[in-house]
Amino acid sequence: MRPLRRHSAHPPQPAPARPDETFTVTFDGRRLPALSGQTVAAVLWAAGVTAWRDTRGAGRPRGVFCGIGVCFDCLVTVDGRPNQRACLVPVRPGDAIRTQPGTGWADARPQDAGADHE
Amino acid sequence: MSEQPSLAVVGAGPAGLAAALAAAGRGVRVTLVDAGDRAGGQFYRQPAPALAARPPQAPHHQGRTWKRLRDGLGRHRAAGRIVHLADHHVWCVAREEATGTFTVHSLLGPAQEEGGTVRADAVLLATGGYERVLPFPGWTLPGVVTAGGAQAMLKGALALPGRTAVIAGTGPLLLPVATALAAAGARVAALVESAGPAALLRRAPALVTQPGKLAEGAGYAVRLLRHGVRTLTRHTVVEAHGTDRLEAVTVSALDRDGRPRPGSARRIPCDTLAVGHGMLPHTDLAETLGCTLAGTAVRVDDEQRTDVPGVWAAGETTGVGGAALALAEGHIAGRSAAARLYGRAPDPRHWAPAARARTRLRAFATALDAVYVPPAGWADAVTDDTVVCRCEEVDAGEVREAVDVLGAGDLRTVKLLTRAGMGWCQGRMCAAGVAGLAGCPLTAGRRPFARPVPLGVLAALAGTEGEPGTE
Repeated sequence: MRPLRRHSAHPPQPAPARPDETFTVTFDGRRLPALSGQTVAAVLWAAGVTAWRDTRGAGRPRGVFCGIGVCFDCLVTVDGRPNQRACLVPVRPGDAIRTQPGTGWADARPQDAGADHE
Repeated sequence: MSEQPSLAVVGAGPAGLAAALAAAGRGVRVTLVDAGDRAGGQFYRQPAPALAARPPQAPHHQGRTWKRLRDGLGRHRAAGRIVHLADHHVWCVAREEATGTFTVHSLLGPAQEEGGTVRADAVLLATGGYERVLPFPGWTLPGVVTAGGAQAMLKGALALPGRTAVIAGTGPLLLPVATALAAAGARVAALVESAGPAALLRRAPALVTQPGKLAEGAGYAVRLLRHGVRTLTRHTVVEAHGTDRLEAVTVSALDRDGRPRPGSARRIPCDTLAVGHGMLPHTDLAETLGCTLAGTAVRVDDEQRTDVPGVWAAGETTGVGGAALALAEGHIAGRSAAARLYGRAPDPRHWAPAARARTRLRAFATALDAVYVPPAGWADAVTDDTVVCRCEEVDAGEVREAVDVLGAGDLRTVKLLTRAGMGWCQGRMCAAGVAGLAGCPLTAGRRPFARPVPLGVLAALAGTEGEPGTE
């Protein structure tokens, strides 16, 4: 597994409106706090993570670039589904977010990978 | 046409909201189709309700306008005059030749695996714009984001990418982004603007026609001073440094020719670079409908009509000019559409104040465009090994080879030879950079689909419409 790309000091985080709207997700197996209404990208940024994809060609790390769903740089695998735009997709309790290597299909959940090729 | 005519408005930003309210208030059934999970677009982007906060640094007058739009939308929705389809990502608008009516095709929700269609007698495109970012060494490093992206993440999710930010590029957006990041707790190490005060002075006569806008700019400048933000004009970021993420940027002063001045380079440590070089209009839907463009924007007449019957356009898609201009254009477009849908020629005197605002704000936008131009020598600073097409990982050396050795003279030929522009974003992020490197004009993308569409959605479409499937 790639080393977590962490930053020493975490950026400031918003406070939850109601504590019952906080929950936990995982990123590459590490538990991260999340708030209802946050996008996957926001949860990762708040944890100091800025990269969650390696490019198909040179295997270079990428994360959010345009932030509004246009550039597709922030693609990520969520619950076995690759190529989700982290800047658009809202987190749900228990989401398993994983760094996406290459096209994302190599380690996609089998049924999803199969469905795509039908 | 049904007894009560219908209008599909694509986009729920300032232009789309103003248009929807104007049309719905005049007896038109409006369907507002928007990709956002809440109305507002990028400009009035609101934090998710569960995040206990209000958008940072929203100036008071913008807050009032937003409240008026939001409350108006709420009233019309409650009365059944507007249907608001959130989370609908429109990928194509088709005009039925026989009837002159329209079908708006969209993908639902963030997963975008299911399709949806809306039918309407007319369509109003308020699809906004996106940021132009020109390439430079290191711009693909995590931690380098668009200025608008940093703002969007801050407005919508109250999220920051790091602790220490540099804001760079050119354009009026950099000021509010720097102010918002500083107010949210980031240390803004520098605001690096390639335009200089001299350029602003040359355009002073056009700029002073908008005292409100100047006051807004001055307000940002005061707040930046209060946050201790250093502003470097006539400077540019020449390189972003780091291995797996951004660690620092090198900035240089620009000489008279817009090239980095030798000996002026300095390194600024930072973990965030928010960069932008102006905005480009979203024109895909209009292009597919056959609307004529003027440059990179949709061409419209005084009523905001495109040259395709039944298609109106307003806001950034008809030329980037900011939210106030979008509101004026949207209002005019909505009123025009309502009158035309009832078979009447509208009386422009009814929207005279909006028309006057539109004239002033377009002149102001033209003046700003002339001030905020990327430095003339930017392409020379892009090293051959700099990735230009982020999706397909095509570097500047490949683009130069396509032009210098293989003789490519336009964006399309460069794309065919190098794959630059063939990836997920369909060239939206790299077209301006490739055009600059290749020395050819930035032309519209001509994308039949405005976003990637699953084959299953297309297949289901053929079934539901009773059209022949594959033969």
